[in-house]
Amino acid sequence: MTELKLGVQIGCLSLKNPIMPASGAFGEEMERLMDFNQLGAVVPKSITKYPRGGNATPRVCEVSAGMINSIGIQSKGLDYYLEHTLPYYRKYETPLISSISADSIDEYAEMAEIIARNEGVSAIELNISCPNLKGNGQVFGMDPNISYQLVKKVKEVTDKPIIAKLTPNVTSVQEIALACESGNADGLNVANTILAMAIDIHTRKPKIGNVMGGISGPAVKPIIVRMIYQVRQVTNLPIIGCGGVMTAEDAIEMMLAGATAIQVGTASFIHPLAMLDILEGIKEYMNMYNIKDINELIGQVDIPAQKVSVNS
Amino acid sequence: MNVSKLIVRSNTQVSERYWHMVVDASSISEPILPGQFFNIKCADELTPFLRRPFSIYRINKQEQTIEFLYLVKGLGTQRMTHIADGDEVDVFGPLGEGFTLEERWDTILLLARGVGIATLAALAQEAAERNVKCIAILSARSKNDLLAAETLQGFGATVYHVTDVAGTSSVENVSSLIEQIMSDTDIKAAFTCGSKRLSKLLQMITREQQIPAQIALEEHMGCAMGVCFACVCDLREDNLIRSVRVCKEGPVFDLDKVVLTS
Repeated sequence: MTELKLGVQIGCLSLKNPIMPASGAFGEEMERLMDFNQLGAVVPKSITKYPRGGNATPRVCEVSAGMINSIGIQSKGLDYYLEHTLPYYRKYETPLISSISADSIDEYAEMAEIIARNEGVSAIELNISCPNLKGNGQVFGMDPNISYQLVKKVKEVTDKPIIAKLTPNVTSVQEIALACESGNADGLNVANTILAMAIDIHTRKPKIGNVMGGISGPAVKPIIVRMIYQVRQVTNLPIIGCGGVMTAEDAIEMMLAGATAIQVGTASFIHPLAMLDILEGIKEYMNMYNIKDINELIGQVDIPAQKVSVNS
Repeated sequence: MNVSKLIVRSNTQVSERYWHMVVDASSISEPILPGQFFNIKCADELTPFLRRPFSIYRINKQEQTIEFLYLVKGLGTQRMTHIADGDEVDVFGPLGEGFTLEERWDTILLLARGVGIATLAALAQEAAERNVKCIAILSARSKNDLLAAETLQGFGATVYHVTDVAGTSSVENVSSLIEQIMSDTDIKAAFTCGSKRLSKLLQMITREQQIPAQIALEEHMGCAMGVCFACVCDLREDNLIRSVRVCKEGPVFDLDKVVLTS
């Protein structure tokens, strides 16, 4: 059997395979479960400039085939990240993608510049889409102009690949994707969690302390597959698919829709070894269909010639 | 901590609301301590979606089994009752920090309510193995929910029952019971689980008496391994409030430090 080619490229960032954790669903604590060198990348939890306490509890609740979370980016701040988190991951050869969250465009640029100067940072993911920080889930990534300005400003201060993590809570994800491309993003993460709510009918209280939160898990996967496909139609920027991937089949589906790499989040809560299982499953699929290079899958969904045109 | 498929030796209903599961733990090589927990996949389907955390009820080193005593409350625990003897159950653990028993503590007090009794039963077992005298106050809705009391007595613990049905479980009543026990016996340390009201009471008494105390907290969890920051609580140390993860830094904490809000 010839060796399978699993390597993928996000801008100038080379990944030995397309599987990486989603921010907020991964940490040093998982070192006892797996060798991080087996992953395509590591993505520590989003960091903010100053320490943040996070949101009121309960911070998670279960829904059908998924969960809603409103953690609120509990963070020890940038100092701790530079002094502890980045040095910890230097023992691994796996590229590290720094996920950052900030309160203003200037603060994103300031943080990106500082973080990029540190050894062992291969790329920066701009979390412009966490729905749990402001009222009604408002985020920078909902506005195409702000998204453009934000990415552009960050690109001006660092040469590291910049990945914009998009919010699914918009009318047109394509519009935001194009805005980020205009700002010279090197890649797009599609997507953050979908704003959601659940109510306990017995107590009549919201099941999440912060009232609303972001839903993740298999329940959202078809929405994310659709968004990846839509984004792929308007840009050739590499896409990292993120949302509800539990199995290798889910990851392959996202790659066929147009994703170059895959983030695994909530699945690790259910199956702590999910990332490694997904990687093995992808290899089995490639062998089954005699696919030598994983890049042959990206965007290869076979859309039949449209028989019905939908005109409004 | 590891993910293992363990064989269920038995899974039986032991009272109206409680079930008892015994699993083969021979494949788990790391030590399992009282107060630690396992995050269990209650069903193969996507609903219930999340695993459920269960503290360890008994650790049988010779038989190489561990036991869980669980209250059937929601979808997860309802589905768990469907697991048959001989089935495999997907468990993740042992997780978290367990209780600490210092050498010089020759007499300890346990104060537990409801399913919290199961958590402290594991500690009573450990105490018995170390010849530590154990006095337990167990609180529950009714006598029917106090089945684990027999287990504690089996470990040589002196057990006091209080129940809602008998009208003996009020904070005032438990308070005078603790006072009486403490005046009769030189309690070196106290442990609690399962009730915020009783934990507050014990916090107050042990602070006054300057007795070391520990609490095992219960919380809804996401990952249960410290990465998601869903299950947090506040600790007060040197007058600073620090947010910690129940699954990682806990579930057992110094009672004195835990900020117990109602």
